[in-house]
Amino acid sequence: MKRREFLRRAAPVSALPFLVGGLSMRAYGRSPLLEALLASSTASDRVLVIFQMNGGNDGLNTVIPLDVYSDLAAARSNILIPEGLVLPLSGTAATGLHPAMSGMRAMYDDARLAIVQGVSYPSPNFSHFRATDIWLTGADYNQELGSGWVGRYLDEAFPGFPTGYPNTVMPDPLAIQIGSVLSTGLVGTHGPMGMAISNPNSSYILPGGSDLAPDTPSGHELTFIRNVAQQTQIYTTAVKDAYARVNNIATYPTSSLANQLKTVARLVGGGLKTRVYVVNIGGFDTHSSQTDSTNHELGNHANLLGAMSGAIAAFQEDLAQLAVDDRVIGMTFSEFGRRIKSNASGGTDHGTAVPVMVFGKNVQGGVFGSSPAIRTTSGNIKDNLDMQFDFRQVYFDILRDWFGSSPTQLQAVLGTPRFALPQGPLGIISPSAVADVPGDGAVPREFSLLQNYPNPFNPTTEIRFELPRAASVLLEVFNAAGQRVGVLAEGERSAGVHTVRFDASSLSSGLYFYRLRAGGFVETKKALFVR
Amino acid sequence: MKRRELLASIVGESDPAASTPIQSVDQSPSISRFANSSLPNVQRTTAGMEPYTGVWGTEQILHLLRRTTFGVTRADFTTLKNKTMVQAVDLITTVPPDELTVPLIYDASDPAGSPGSTWVNGLTNVSSGSRLNSLKAWWTNLMLNQPLSIREKMVVFWHNHFVTEFSSLPDPRYAYRYLALLRKNALGNFKQLAREITFDGAMLRYLNGYLNNKNAPDENYARELQELFTIGKGPQIGDGDYTNYTEQDVKAAAHVLTGWRIYQNPDGSVGLQTSSFDQTRHDIGNKNFSYHYQNATIVGGIDGAREVDELLGIIFLQPETAKFLCRKIYRWFVYYVIDDWTELNIISHMADTLRANNWNVLPVLKELLKSAHFFDTVNMGCMIKDPLGLTLGTCRHFGVSFPPSDVVQQYSMWNYLWSTASSIGMNPGDPPDVAGWKAYYQVPQYYEIWINSDTLTKRASWTNRMVSSGYSSSGAKIVIDPLAFVLTLSDPSDPNRIIDEAAQYLLAVPLTASQKTFLKEEILIPGLPDYEWTIEWSLYLSDPTNTTARNAVTNRLRALLMFLMQMPEYQLM
Repeated sequence: MKRREFLRRAAPVSALPFLVGGLSMRAYGRSPLLEALLASSTASDRVLVIFQMNGGNDGLNTVIPLDVYSDLAAARSNILIPEGLVLPLSGTAATGLHPAMSGMRAMYDDARLAIVQGVSYPSPNFSHFRATDIWLTGADYNQELGSGWVGRYLDEAFPGFPTGYPNTVMPDPLAIQIGSVLSTGLVGTHGPMGMAISNPNSSYILPGGSDLAPDTPSGHELTFIRNVAQQTQIYTTAVKDAYARVNNIATYPTSSLANQLKTVARLVGGGLKTRVYVVNIGGFDTHSSQTDSTNHELGNHANLLGAMSGAIAAFQEDLAQLAVDDRVIGMTFSEFGRRIKSNASGGTDHGTAVPVMVFGKNVQGGVFGSSPAIRTTSGNIKDNLDMQFDFRQVYFDILRDWFGSSPTQLQAVLGTPRFALPQGPLGIISPSAVADVPGDGAVPREFSLLQNYPNPFNPTTEIRFELPRAASVLLEVFNAAGQRVGVLAEGERSAGVHTVRFDASSLSSGLYFYRLRAGGFVETKKALFVR
Repeated sequence: MKRRELLASIVGESDPAASTPIQSVDQSPSISRFANSSLPNVQRTTAGMEPYTGVWGTEQILHLLRRTTFGVTRADFTTLKNKTMVQAVDLITTVPPDELTVPLIYDASDPAGSPGSTWVNGLTNVSSGSRLNSLKAWWTNLMLNQPLSIREKMVVFWHNHFVTEFSSLPDPRYAYRYLALLRKNALGNFKQLAREITFDGAMLRYLNGYLNNKNAPDENYARELQELFTIGKGPQIGDGDYTNYTEQDVKAAAHVLTGWRIYQNPDGSVGLQTSSFDQTRHDIGNKNFSYHYQNATIVGGIDGAREVDELLGIIFLQPETAKFLCRKIYRWFVYYVIDDWTELNIISHMADTLRANNWNVLPVLKELLKSAHFFDTVNMGCMIKDPLGLTLGTCRHFGVSFPPSDVVQQYSMWNYLWSTASSIGMNPGDPPDVAGWKAYYQVPQYYEIWINSDTLTKRASWTNRMVSSGYSSSGAKIVIDPLAFVLTLSDPSDPNRIIDEAAQYLLAVPLTASQKTFLKEEILIPGLPDYEWTIEWSLYLSDPTNTTARNAVTNRLRALLMFLMQMPEYQLM
């Protein structure tokens, strides 16, 4: 029986204990056998830090489209950032950053920042609450999902959790929310997959900080229950120890976000194997007084962006100093962008598409996509920005190329791609990091040949196959007439997931077949090349 | 295993009622290491039994309802808002006539009948688990849907006092009669109840009274009658001398109690009469009592009932008997710490009232619940909810809808609540032993017994479940509707009002300003200004059938309620 099968059978859903949302977890039924089985896998030590910018960030004043600046000026003169103050980015004249974002500009110039333009989803929702749920769960506009996309990823990567955890391979929380409430994004299909920490030295959350209970009978009982609640948290020691192991080296600005990131840097630097961290920065709901009324480069939004950029740059520097920057990428997102046209109160109302930024040493720097169209083809200022990328494309890249999720796992996390993927994989993760992608450690259960991706394609696509054991393989491509047009893989391959690239640029449009032979296994699938 | 056997197997004799810790039980892993290692020395009130004349507002109404029912409901709260304090207490302590319904069969495999018929009058003695489940489900519903009355709280009080364990009885029909007896006397006469319980079929079975005969008297009931049910056991002050009675008194009482048998009607049914007296098994000799009972003698004869009355007469002559019960009432309704001041000014006063009223408990309850002591803020929020208070109370707070008529569906749901309470330490009908639940006598932890890392996690997971997926069974579902709840508040468009009112209604201790800020800024509308809530709320109101708009606010409210019920404050009452 294969490891994952065993785990799935050993941990029936009905036996899963419930976890108090973000507050407590208990070790249930630790089993040496399970631990031994788990220990046979190779764990990824890669980390994703998610920055949620609550309120809906005004992308047009964050990532400023210099190539359509005059359109922008026409749409939002009362909050327009003076062109001369926009921070230019090396290698592109089309795009600049808000003047407050010098820290992130330097990261961009250092090829450590990817800016993905125009991220949204079909039929965007303008409600903060609903839009946030969509981003966190990965749902379609008309779909309700009870679990988060990260939660489902962790479900896949750590089957059976929390039964059998912590263990020697994963002794630490799977995910950590810096703050008091576990993000919906970290809820898996069977319950919370992470814990919330506001202060690593006291990992139990006392809402409202450290208000002491009064010296009365009710205060006495309240203190008792708080103590018990704290005791239920099994990861307290691991978190405290990691936090105590290293100190921050870089100098951070003073802000709530910086404090959250200081904690993350120490936990990563201190050796926690936690995969995902979530931090939050609020206040982006800038309906009015978004900028200073005369100096538009100043004001509320500038302060927020400045705080964010400064904190992220310091965080990146800290990670480098702590020699863990190889392991960490970050992703910022907001539930929506804002309107193209500003309103009369010097602000912007709820909008649609918004840039997503991904950063880190192993990120493929650059701008993905183009500056947004401000005017319609007939020349009028548009109401809302068009989508260039579905947000789940970004998740897809991170899951596949950073965490090494297999096609099966991607299917479980993101479902059958319901969203348009016109450009195929974005390529946010640097090729060298993709090449080293560790996989989730799980050896495939059976031989399989996966559908190529993207499909249809032009002119290249990727084909994956899974080997449960080392085998001699032959992967060939045939045209519709049955003639062999290429060999994509041949010879001995190790157990695991393999990806090959099929470049059809020298071929004509049409239907192709690709066939895998491996250890007695044969399967053929179709791929459609549309030039 | 009975308490005595359990304790004896560990340390020999021990004493649950005395004021010294029981070392053997302290080692129990079920007691949190954070629980009291000695009684807390915290500020108490010096407000006494004089009538309360202070503010009668929301805080006081909620306090009264939290302590006298299994959870505040909106309807009860609204009713009391239009009453004075005196009217409110009078209303709660005036029990409506008990239209004693009967538990119904909901397991199709019960040979006694089909679902929807009852088994309590049946001829066959079927001790199937499904009948016991039926009884407990039925009882659960009586508590869940209690009228605005203290009765259900008192039924469980008497059950915790005159304990029987249903699962130890061969026939659930006796458990039903036992419950009917407690219900009839819930606010009645302590002495009368002690008499009737002595002849109750379930009690005769549970404490071996039916085996007690003159040739080899069984002392079980005679001992517990004094140790736990009436006068209570004090510290041992001499050989076989427990301050209030002696081993001689146990033996003498056992002889008084010889000859009683469990009775069944000739046709096999169990009627109102559940016991009979067999004079051939009765010791007709004289019974002599110790100096604690003024060296009284009960002259033997063939009238067993007369001798029992004389025995109770002797015991109820002792001032300690009234105090013993009043301490239990106090710990059931107020707090577990009874310091010297409280003993002198509250317990003694209650005991005087009890005796002055010829053992009727109603005047004692009325006086306590109307007292300055009861309404002092220091006595608010200091009880830990027992498992029934948590499970039933959560359903009651939110007016959770239960299946309206389908017997199988209804009983499945009630059974679920009962088994949830059972899984966190309180199985009504089956207390752990004859001393009742430890939370009401175990020195020095008392209520803290209810909470350990296991039960606290289970409590929170259960409330989380009720506010998210709910519980489904037999095609029915129970779940908290956050929207329906918030619509009962004064202004759901204002996030501050929602938090103020929900916190006050759900939590027995006031939150600090920073806690409320936290709930708003971190839970309800994270990172957003207040008006965004107002906008989203108005979007919902403008089209309540729009699923997206409804879900947007519902999900936020669900998060808020989930968090409120995870807060340690929610475990207090």
